[in-house]
Amino acid sequence: MTKVLVIAEHAGGKLNPATAKCVSCARAIEGAEIHVAVLAADASEVASQAAQLEGVARVLKVEHAANAEPLAAVLAPQIVALAGDYTHLLAPSTTFGKDLMPRVAALLGVGQLSDIMTVERPYRFRRPIYAGNAIITVEAPSDRKLVATVRTASFQAAPNGGNAEIQAVQLNVELPTHTRFVERSAAATGRPDLQTAARVVSGGRALGSEEGFKLIYSLADKLGAAVGASRAAVDAGYAPNDLQVGQTGKIIAPELYIAVGISGAIQHLTGIKDARTIVAINKDPEAPIFEVADIGLVGDLFEVLPELERQLG
Amino acid sequence: MSKILVGLKRVIDYNVRVRVKPDGSGVVTDGVKMSINPFDEIALEEALRIKEKGGATEVVVASIGPADAQQQLRTGLAMGADRAILVQADAPLEPLAAARVFLKLIEREQPQIVLLGKQGIDDDNNQTGQMLAALWNRPQATFASKVELAGATARVTREVDAGLETIEIDLPAVITTDLRLNEPRYVKLPEIMKAKKKPLDTLTLGDLGVDATPQFKVTHYAPPPPRQKGIMVKDVGELVATLKQKGLIQ
Repeated sequence: MTKVLVIAEHAGGKLNPATAKCVSCARAIEGAEIHVAVLAADASEVASQAAQLEGVARVLKVEHAANAEPLAAVLAPQIVALAGDYTHLLAPSTTFGKDLMPRVAALLGVGQLSDIMTVERPYRFRRPIYAGNAIITVEAPSDRKLVATVRTASFQAAPNGGNAEIQAVQLNVELPTHTRFVERSAAATGRPDLQTAARVVSGGRALGSEEGFKLIYSLADKLGAAVGASRAAVDAGYAPNDLQVGQTGKIIAPELYIAVGISGAIQHLTGIKDARTIVAINKDPEAPIFEVADIGLVGDLFEVLPELERQLG
Repeated sequence: MSKILVGLKRVIDYNVRVRVKPDGSGVVTDGVKMSINPFDEIALEEALRIKEKGGATEVVVASIGPADAQQQLRTGLAMGADRAILVQADAPLEPLAAARVFLKLIEREQPQIVLLGKQGIDDDNNQTGQMLAALWNRPQATFASKVELAGATARVTREVDAGLETIEIDLPAVITTDLRLNEPRYVKLPEIMKAKKKPLDTLTLGDLGVDATPQFKVTHYAPPPPRQKGIMVKDVGELVATLKQKGLIQ
């Protein structure tokens, strides 16, 4: 029997939407019974959110003071203890899942599959390599557990509407103390989260300065959009690194992506190719971004952006 | 004395536009420029900086790959590494097998820190460091953008989706690097000459007793699906009208 355990990602009592996408990937595995594991200091709120996801049969609540912060070294042995008769263990391919799942796999003595973008069969998947320049079909052995991360941009979030049973689980696992959380500094912007926003406005090196980049924030606020940046803009210091969109930054799939002054290096395009509609605004009509754009506008961004804002009213 | 072990993977140079072979059997590698995986180059740079500040006495670089991976190890030696180890393997290893090789190297070398790139830019797996830390039963600090050593511990700032996270780990440990940790140095000609005299040992998987039988089977390679051709608009007015028409804005 195919049983999938999805490891929930969460923070501050909220289930991260990446988890719902991961559940969708699990639902694409034929005949799977899907459980979600919530490891937290206090898991109640997150567990009840996970229980509402359609397709989830059971939520396992693992509460421990050491689970207050998501440290891979602390979580991994607990997930191994939960692994039991599950055939598949999944987590989103976010920094949370990427940090955690290889450690889980190695403790189980099995390999790990990264960035599932398509489920073809319960043990056959497609995933990107070479920054998305090639898509490979991979067959995994069906006689051992499959540990994998899910490329969240490839899946729609599972809707609410479920009512799964929540089960508290006590684990008797020795947890390491060699890894300790110190702090997390998130830029509190009040804007939507880049990873999950429906609209994103991104700026490139053509913005010219940190000051120039304010035009991007301004347009984003007008549209209720999240702000992104190309690696070139980040490298130049115009925008912080957590805004970086691309293979080495965040891979996103918004409904609307507006790329301003971004030439369109392959590593950037990899991060946006699942966006529903891509709008490109660039001075250079030859910029590669226009090859992937659904709507292109050749023009000087310093004239186009203020005019765009004005016409948006 | 304290030693740092650094992994250097030989990969297609990041400036090369990788193409899939028409028969779907792999990607084109003939006549393609090969380099050190960029994240690994950052790992080596960090190791060298730690040594230069007195935090380590020796930097050892290791690669798993074909005989030609000696080129990347020589580059690593020219950057400033003291010694190199090539674990010869003609076929690519899956991350779990690579982690098992590194575990064997750890047993031989007893490093205080193992520095690896967060991922190879070829298979984009992002696994080996985490797996190695698990097998070694030691801490992992992945996606590092800042590393500060303090005696038997390290404070590592990590690039996570929410921003920056700082953790404290006991050493020995595995640290994997993100892009912003540092900018690797350029290699100067005299260093290249000097690097030729530095020791480079070659081992086989058999010497280390590692079974590298792959677990996964790649059955097909395909180019990414192309996007539909888009339209060009002439001005902001037309852009706004098009967005409204598509229901993307009110």
